[in-house]
Amino acid sequence: MMWRPVLSVGLSISIFLCAWQVLVWATGLKPFLLPGPLRVANALWSNLDSIGWHALITSTEILAGLVFGLGLGVVTAIQLAMSPAARIHVRPVLVFLQAVPFFALAPILTFWMGYGMAPKIVMAMLIIYFPVTSSFFDGLMRTPPGYLDLARTMGAPAWSVLWRVRIPSAVPALASGLKLGAVFTPIGAVIGEWVGGSGAGLGYLMLLANGRAKIDLMFACVVILAVITVLLYWIADRLGEWMTRRFS
Amino acid sequence: MTPPALSVDGAASFQGRQVFAPLHLEIEAARWTCLLGPSGVGKTTILRLIAGLEDGCDFDGAITATDGELVFNRVAYMAQTDLLFPWLDVLGNTLLGARLRGERSDTARAEALIDRVGLSDDISKRPHQLSGGMRQRAALARTLMEDRPIILLDEPFSALDARTRVEMQDLAAELLSERTVLLVTHDPAEAARLGHRIHLMQSYGLVEVPPPSTVPIRAYDDPDVFACQSELMRMLRSRDPLLAREGKD
Repeated sequence: MMWRPVLSVGLSISIFLCAWQVLVWATGLKPFLLPGPLRVANALWSNLDSIGWHALITSTEILAGLVFGLGLGVVTAIQLAMSPAARIHVRPVLVFLQAVPFFALAPILTFWMGYGMAPKIVMAMLIIYFPVTSSFFDGLMRTPPGYLDLARTMGAPAWSVLWRVRIPSAVPALASGLKLGAVFTPIGAVIGEWVGGSGAGLGYLMLLANGRAKIDLMFACVVILAVITVLLYWIADRLGEWMTRRFS
Repeated sequence: MTPPALSVDGAASFQGRQVFAPLHLEIEAARWTCLLGPSGVGKTTILRLIAGLEDGCDFDGAITATDGELVFNRVAYMAQTDLLFPWLDVLGNTLLGARLRGERSDTARAEALIDRVGLSDDISKRPHQLSGGMRQRAALARTLMEDRPIILLDEPFSALDARTRVEMQDLAAELLSERTVLLVTHDPAEAARLGHRIHLMQSYGLVEVPPPSTVPIRAYDDPDVFACQSELMRMLRSRDPLLAREGKD
C-alpha cells in the first residue's frame, strides 16, 4: 500500500513524458526548439559530470541561503515580538522591503560582492528571509492568551515566557515559513547565477547552453533543478510536519 | 500553611464603561467561595483582578488579604480550558511553574501529585492523548504543584460531561480543602455542591445566597442541594434576585 502513491506519481510522469515525446515526433519540431525527453535524457547522461558539479555549486548556495535566511528571519521575528519600539520603527520598513522585487537587486549584489558565491547566497537568503520572518512573527504574536496568563500567575520572567512559551507555540508557524522558503530559495540562487556569471552553478550552465543553442542541455539543467527543489521541499515538509507534531 | 482570607472592594470600568458596580466581596480563608452569575456580568474580571492579570481594566478600589501581604503572587489559576502545553507531557506540564521560573524541579512531588489525581499510568502522555477529564486532572495536578494558598478557578469544569464534572468536583474539593478558593461558575448545581459561601453577581452588585446547611462537598442528589440549586436558578432568571428569594418575582 505504501508504494501506491509512488506508483501513481511514476505513472503520471511516464504519461507526461510519453505525451511530450509524441508531440515532438508528431509535430516534427526541431530539437533546438523543443527537444524530446529522450534527447534531454541523453544530454543529461553525456554531461553528467559537468551537470553534477554545477548542481553541487547551486545546492551549496541554496543550502547556505536557506540556513542564513532562516537564522536571520528567526532572530528578526524574535526582536520584533520582544520590542514594541522595533514593531513601530522596523516593521514598516520590512513591509516596504518585502514589496521590492529582489530579482532586480541581483545586479547590484553582484556589483557589491563580486562574481563569487556570496551574491547568490544573499539572493537565496533574501528570498526566504521575509516569509520566515513574517510567519514566525505572526506565530509569536498569536500565543494563546491563556498560556501567557498562566505563565504570569506562575511568576515567569519575560525571557522564560519567550523561550518556554512563545517560541514553542510559534514553531508550527515557523514550519510553514520553512516550507515556503524551500520552494523559493532555489529561484534566488539561480537568478543570482544568471546575473552574476561566475562560471559555476546550474543557472550559469543554462545560460551557456542557451547561448550555444544546446536546448537539450538546458532542459537537463531544468530537470535537475526541479529535482533539487522537490527534494528540498520534501525534506522541509517532513521536518515541518515533525515540528508541528512535536509542538502542537 | 494557613491561607489568608481576601476582600475585594470597588468597581471596575473599561474605557469609561462600567464592568461591574461598586461591590464588596469577602472570600473566606480555607473555604470555597462561589461566584455565580450570567455571562458578561464581570465575574471573570474580579478573578483576573485578584490574579493581577487584568491590564486593560480600570479598577477603583482595593483587593486585600487578611495577613496584609500581596495577593497576586500567591495565587494559582485554573481556567475553563486546561491550558496544558501541547509540547509537554503530563509530568512536564505539572512541573511547568518550576521550569518557567528556572527553579529546580521537584519531580518526586510532581509524581506523587499526578498519582493523587489518578494519572500515574499516563504520566508520559501528551495532552492530545488524554480525554477532557484527564486533561483537567493534569491541570489540577499542575495547580497543586504550585502550592499556593489562594486558588482561583474560572469555570474549570464547565466543558466536561456531567459524570466527569461531578468526579472532578469531588477531587478538587478533596485536594483543595485547605486553600482559599474562589470559584467562578455559571452552574447553580456546582455552586450548591461546592460553596461554603455563594454570591450571586448581577449588573448592580452582589447578593449573598445562603448555601445548603450541610458541609461541602455535598452529594449531588442531596435534597438541600436541589433546593439551593432551584433557588439559585430562580434568582438567576429573575430581574430582582432579592424579590425572587422572597417568592415575589
